[in-house]
Amino acid sequence: MIGFFAPDFKLIIPELILLVTSLLLLIGGALYKSGNPDLPRRFSQYAIVALLIALVVLVLQYKPTEKWITFEGLILQDDFVYFAKILILAGTAAVLAVSIPVLSKENITSYEHSILILLATVGMMLMVESNDFMALFIGLEMQGLCLYVLAGLNRDRLLSSEAALKYFVLGALATCLYLYGASLIYGFSGSTNFEVLGDVIRIQSNEGLGIGLLVGIVFIVAALAFKVSAVPFHMWTPDVYQGCSTPITAFIAAAPKVAGMIVFLRLMMSPFLLLYGEWQELIFFLSFASMVVGAFAALRQNDLKRLLAYSAIGQMGYILLGLAAGNDEGIQAVFVYLTIYLIMIIGTFGCLLCLRGKGYEGVQYIEDLSGISTLHPKIAFALAIFMFSMAGIPPLAGFFAKFYVFKAAISAGLFGLAIAGVLTSVVASYYYLKIVKVMYFDRVPEIPTPSYGQILTLSPELKIVLNFFAIVILFFFVFPNPLLEMAQLAALAILS
Amino acid sequence: MMAISLDHYLIVGALLFTIGGVGIFLNRRNVIVILMSIELMLLAVNINLIAFSRFLEDLTGQVFALFVLTVAAAEASIGLAILVTYFRNHGNIYVDEMDMMKG
Repeated sequence: MIGFFAPDFKLIIPELILLVTSLLLLIGGALYKSGNPDLPRRFSQYAIVALLIALVVLVLQYKPTEKWITFEGLILQDDFVYFAKILILAGTAAVLAVSIPVLSKENITSYEHSILILLATVGMMLMVESNDFMALFIGLEMQGLCLYVLAGLNRDRLLSSEAALKYFVLGALATCLYLYGASLIYGFSGSTNFEVLGDVIRIQSNEGLGIGLLVGIVFIVAALAFKVSAVPFHMWTPDVYQGCSTPITAFIAAAPKVAGMIVFLRLMMSPFLLLYGEWQELIFFLSFASMVVGAFAALRQNDLKRLLAYSAIGQMGYILLGLAAGNDEGIQAVFVYLTIYLIMIIGTFGCLLCLRGKGYEGVQYIEDLSGISTLHPKIAFALAIFMFSMAGIPPLAGFFAKFYVFKAAISAGLFGLAIAGVLTSVVASYYYLKIVKVMYFDRVPEIPTPSYGQILTLSPELKIVLNFFAIVILFFFVFPNPLLEMAQLAALAILS
Repeated sequence: MMAISLDHYLIVGALLFTIGGVGIFLNRRNVIVILMSIELMLLAVNINLIAFSRFLEDLTGQVFALFVLTVAAAEASIGLAILVTYFRNHGNIYVDEMDMMKG
């Protein structure tokens, strides 16, 4: 029996590192006296170290174009999963790094914060490497349950607990949809394993597919659309973004979205690829509706986090456009977009996090940024870069992300959707540029509001992350090849 | 006497699932009812899984059902915990009054 187990565990060492670290931190937190204000900060640092070690181990274990399936077919690893895990680990570490200096100011005093983030990261890694509806379910729940608790971590704030409750109810509904879909797919194909499922679909597609399988796929698509907050399953996003403390919003906005989209991509392109004709219309609709709602609903938002929520909905629309294309170019485009999205969103939240009001309140409204460029030119410049990039202004990385997605859509013949994408991105650039305009051309208010960002809280970790991300976004056009090659390998792995 | 076929189980499952879903959206009063509806939907899934497992003569469905049961318990406990913090901050748990954030 030892021989049976030994090779399996060697392959999930990164996950085990995170699990063991979170358990150790849990014990450590229980041994400390409660209410030590320094504890969340120090635990976040430990968590970053654990994430980086896991990342190093993952990279050291990597062998190009190797594919293995383990745990009785439940877990799969190939190039696609490998790159997705790198994004998740690096993204989570970066979010923790930018939130370290502000944890105490945002009233995050419980040490569970970094432990929950570590456990959610394990859940996300399980999601992307799952090869079976059961493993995917466990991954989704592990990530989801941690996120619900994180959303409600600020127990004394009404907004925070309301956000957590809304997130929980809608998240549980999405879980039910996922399970119902999985049960139908299991019943009408006889297996929950993705590879067996792909074979069954290949055999059945000759003699006409059962309606039960198609209904199951619709349910699964709805549940995953909820996880990536695509319209019409986006209702929770603005409320959760606004209600949570900003460091937690930054986490929810970054890696879980990437993990959800990777799972979406894996399911649609690997077992369900032959049903492309059936699911393409669903993705088409989700993509179009997300782009339109993301562009127009954000126009009347005044709250920065709500605005970023609608912006995220729009960005998910563009990513789904690449999925709707359904070819290897589309997969590459989705991968490039996800990487750049992760960098842009963490950078934006990092800039917003370090700007503080007189009593260290976080910036809340767009006006709270007026004239920031005269007070903090560097941060204003970095935020302007991220905003221009999200709007898709040419030499910046965000432009290339959109460019590849539109190119994939056009080569798949989706001209209408590509045109809609270009038009909505023009509309969306209005609110990104509005933030830049407020920062650079509005006057510093004579009587600043309480949350007006006049104080800067910096830490070495935050400076490193912000500088690095700003440089990557600025100079992506000089060295796009590593990312493009990564995306190409990932696309090859998923289609093989 | 009529034998109970797979279709009968699936219809019961679909009905329970629909009742749960309708319960979430039509209920304007109490959050506890929403939690109950979610449990109902998860049980509908379990009925589906067990029925399929029986008629396919395949054990995977029953293992899956056990996973669903376990996770449903964890989910219910987290849901109730969040509900308690909300109640402490807000004073009641009416769905209608959950409108601090809009837009």
